[in-house]
Amino acid sequence: MKGRTLRRHFRESFKSLGRNGWMTFASISAVTVTLLLVGVFAIIMMNLNKVADDLENDVEIRVMIEIFNDEAEMKAEEEKLIAQIENLPDVAEVVYSAKEDELEDLIHDFGDELSLFEQNNPLHNVLYVKAADPQSTADVAAQIEKLDHTYKVLYGEGKVEKLFSFLNISRNIGLVLILGLLFTAMFLISNTIRITIIARKDEIEIMKLVGATNSFVRIPFVLEGMWIGLLGSVIPIVVVSVVYYNLYHSLAPRLEGNMLELLSVTPLLYQVNALLVLIGLLIGIWGSFMSVRKFLKI
Amino acid sequence: MIQMKNVIKKYPNGVVAANGITVNIKQGEFVYVVGPSGAGKSTFIKLMYREEKPTSGEVTVSGINLSTLKNGRVPHLRRQLGVVFQDFKLLPRLSVYENVAFAMEVIEEQPKEIRKRVMEVLELVGLKHKVRMLPSELSGGEQQRVSIARSIVNNPKVLIADEPTGNLDPETSWEIMEIFEEINRQGTTIVMATHNREIVNTIRKRVIAIEGGMIVRDEYGGDYGYEG
Ligand SMILES: Nc1ncnc2c1ncn2[C@@H]1O[C@H](COP(=O)(O)OP(=O)(O)O)[C@@H](O)[C@H]1O
Ligand SMILES: [Mg+2]
Repeated sequence: MKGRTLRRHFRESFKSLGRNGWMTFASISAVTVTLLLVGVFAIIMMNLNKVADDLENDVEIRVMIEIFNDEAEMKAEEEKLIAQIENLPDVAEVVYSAKEDELEDLIHDFGDELSLFEQNNPLHNVLYVKAADPQSTADVAAQIEKLDHTYKVLYGEGKVEKLFSFLNISRNIGLVLILGLLFTAMFLISNTIRITIIARKDEIEIMKLVGATNSFVRIPFVLEGMWIGLLGSVIPIVVVSVVYYNLYHSLAPRLEGNMLELLSVTPLLYQVNALLVLIGLLIGIWGSFMSVRKFLKI
Repeated sequence: MIQMKNVIKKYPNGVVAANGITVNIKQGEFVYVVGPSGAGKSTFIKLMYREEKPTSGEVTVSGINLSTLKNGRVPHLRRQLGVVFQDFKLLPRLSVYENVAFAMEVIEEQPKEIRKRVMEVLELVGLKHKVRMLPSELSGGEQQRVSIARSIVNNPKVLIADEPTGNLDPETSWEIMEIFEEINRQGTTIVMATHNREIVNTIRKRVIAIEGGMIVRDEYGGDYGYEG
């Protein structure tokens, strides 16, 4: 294609936006509304996902080690046990906590009265084990249980499984909602663009009649769809950014130290905004491409 | 220039609008296509610029075999042809000049060449003084002259017209015919479907009469017929 022709296509696509004023407005509005929903949804989903990840990563196995009378023997057996656990597949980390540390934690949590146990500590030494994939915690726990010299292996059996299935369901629902939203958006936008193109059926017919190639007819329409997608993403980007920025800065300090932490502004908004521009462009281009295709078979 | 061999066109609804048409039109001829309404004149015309594909038989235009022509090559065919319609088919938002230049932009001609050639054809059809006007500001005859200018601006070898004077009053129709004759004198083959008895009987040319999708008469210097 000649540069002159490309310039013509760009010129035509701009002119056409202006000429079809209210249809352009309708298309841009359709993109705007959809992207606004997609943006809000994406941010909610990504934050929920982070919370879910945090919850998952908090799940650990508590391995209480059998008590030996002989201190040296105990040391040796503990080291053997640690090595065995570390060698299991799916184990990410093993942290040793001596019974003195365990007691200190209890004192910290429940009060000084417990310090009388310092002389005769009844607690066990404990290993805290994390599975590489939190969802396989139960499996790892079962394997550890088979090893020698464990007194008890605890991981919140039952609760953990419920938590995981709840998190998995919410993730899937979120994914389905986002896909449904995108699909609706594509449908909406390709329909709006189709109406603008029907209005210009004669124009396309005449172009074909005087010997225009299909791509010559199509390119201005596709460029027009691109502008519509791009313009339609402006308001959602501004709204989503401003709202999340303010929300984050007013909520983040209050959530400090809590399990529920928000994703920080910088990478999140870049990602979401890039996603919005990309989706806007894609649905704009795809919408016009599909709509104009029908009229090219003359 | 234009050949049809045993061409049959059956529309999806079952209507057979061309029923075994065989014809040969040579370079530089001027041909009227006449016949009652629904006879198949427009179908005959549409088969020539591949608006319709024949159900069977062969159509060749300017050496291009339309039966084997790929969709992607249709623009190549259309660039060899000019087509004029009863309803002009001008773009209402473009000026006279832009409507004609459009046909050259579409095939990516040089801007300099476009300016020169558009003014040339607008002069030929007598509209050089109205280049800036919109189609809505012109009379029917003037609009048809713009559409003729557009159809010949790329120097087609063949000009195809489907009832070009159908919407015009008699006086304007004669002006249009003068332009067609001038174009024909310059060597362009003209095929024109028409209902206009007076024109066919006065400006005597080859007459192809179609009835029920078949050629019932093909006569050089013939008259319109259908006197009864
Ligand atoms: N696109 C079409 N689909 C179905 N039937 C058609 C179509 N175009 C024309 N016809 C039918 O084919 C016959 C010939 O039509 P046409 O070629 O337009 O005749 P004319 O131009 O001589 O009036 C008519 O019976 C018409 O109804
Ligand atoms: Mg007709």
